Amino acid sequence: MMNLYTRRIWINRIGITLSMVAMSLGLIGLMWILWTLFSRGFAALSIDMFTQDTPAPGSEGGGLRNAIVGSGLILLFSMLISTPIGILAGIYLAEYGRISKFASFTRFMTDIMLSAPSIVIGLFVYAIFVVKTGGFSGWAGSLALALIAIPVVVRTTENMLKLVPTSLREAAFAVGAPRWQVSLKVTLRAVKSGVVTGVLLAMARITGETAPLLFTALNNQFFSAQMSEPMANLPVVIFQFALSPYDNWINLAWGGALLIALLVLAVNIGVRVAFRQKIKR
Amino acid sequence: MSAQATTSSQDPALLVRNLSFYYGDFKGLSNINMEVARNKVTAFIGPSGCGKSTLLRTFNRMYDLYPGQRAEGDIMFNGKNLLDKKQDVNLVRAKIGMVFQKPTPFPMTIYENIAFGVRLYERLSKSAMDDRVEWALKKAALWGEVKDKLQQNGLSLSGGQQQRLCIARAVAVKPDIVLLDEPTSALDPISTAKIEELIYELKVDYTIAIVTHNMQQAARISDYTAFMYLGELIEMDETDQLFLKPRVKQTEDYITGRFG
Repeated sequence: MMNLYTRRIWINRIGITLSMVAMSLGLIGLMWILWTLFSRGFAALSIDMFTQDTPAPGSEGGGLRNAIVGSGLILLFSMLISTPIGILAGIYLAEYGRISKFASFTRFMTDIMLSAPSIVIGLFVYAIFVVKTGGFSGWAGSLALALIAIPVVVRTTENMLKLVPTSLREAAFAVGAPRWQVSLKVTLRAVKSGVVTGVLLAMARITGETAPLLFTALNNQFFSAQMSEPMANLPVVIFQFALSPYDNWINLAWGGALLIALLVLAVNIGVRVAFRQKIKR
Repeated sequence: MSAQATTSSQDPALLVRNLSFYYGDFKGLSNINMEVARNKVTAFIGPSGCGKSTLLRTFNRMYDLYPGQRAEGDIMFNGKNLLDKKQDVNLVRAKIGMVFQKPTPFPMTIYENIAFGVRLYERLSKSAMDDRVEWALKKAALWGEVKDKLQQNGLSLSGGQQQRLCIARAVAVKPDIVLLDEPTSALDPISTAKIEELIYELKVDYTIAIVTHNMQQAARISDYTAFMYLGELIEMDETDQLFLKPRVKQTEDYITGRFG
């Protein structure tokens, strides 16, 4: 009997050791990435990065001002497009369509969109928008990113609305409210923070997307706030600069990568903290 | 032996004729005939699954929200058949309010909880709305407890207060009938006593239909009691009569605790 017991203890020890090793391998990889990014990125950080535009090949210094502003504008407009569409579609699925055939079909298509390679989305926008409008533009970039963000917003909105207890929905109907008022003023409001989280996570998701921007917003060496012109943006600048032979370009790529990572990290942590407080209360 | 249960009132608030109800293929109610008397409290009792909640939910067509559920027969309300396809269900629900088992305050301020329903059908000035909110909260015996925190979230109230907020919300739109679906089963005894007292006062202005699994509660607060079993209305009478001298054996067995 003792024998059996010691055997079990040893199996337990081996199991724990193996899972600790697996965990540390994963963690080491992550730490390595973050460490490299932070040390190289912070070394590249300077005031110039925010005040100067991307440098011409061979010239000294330079910054990322045009790319930062470009990324900001492209992100802003893609979220302005995707948030209302995503939330309204989510409401349709959860409150109106529910188990209907059309709703199931929409849900299926949304899932496909969720896992579609982003380069395919980029090519699609290139084919139907860039080619038709006659050139690369910030709008095309926003459109491509919006197409990636929409399914994320749709599914989080729907999943959040599904968490609303039936009794609350019935109570709203019971005072004689039509379905659109029930949806917008009662159920959506009940899961407001969850939906905002979904929107922010969708934003974090598209912040670092590079492939869809390569064919759409392209890049611009100069500062431009014209959405109808090719527009500089962080992911594409990082992509081009990191592959260049110039030291100052490679430096800027690291700085840009750090900025994106910090933004995504800030959104994720912010959302978690805000959500945790909500639950505690 | 489905009973022709009638009350003595000449002008009932609801007149139910040959009502049957289906959940898909399952028959939840069969051939119900009854009246809900105006400005009285009518209680529905019976074991779980007997159809008392189902019946209550036909009165405001709550079942309409779910595909596959349907009702046949007539429920006459103000001279019209509620079950008529052409009947606007939102208008029905504005006239026949409902309070549920679990308190369901909307995720908004106490003030907005009341104003939400009122705004759907009336355009009131700010001061008129303030008056209406105060009036409704007083009707629900909640005003004293919340008058200084009308801008707080309705979810911050206790369970009993939330339930009275829901009653205030139902009363605020000035319905003719208030349906109560086991309104005290999630509450503590003190909150329950407050709600029962409230129901007694409300019947001056409203017709009340209440589903309860608590026979003592039915005996305490109702004027008429209907006993249901397996989707049928077995017996309906004045409450005293039904509890003291039930005419049907099944009713007697149930109220004496022999089954259920």
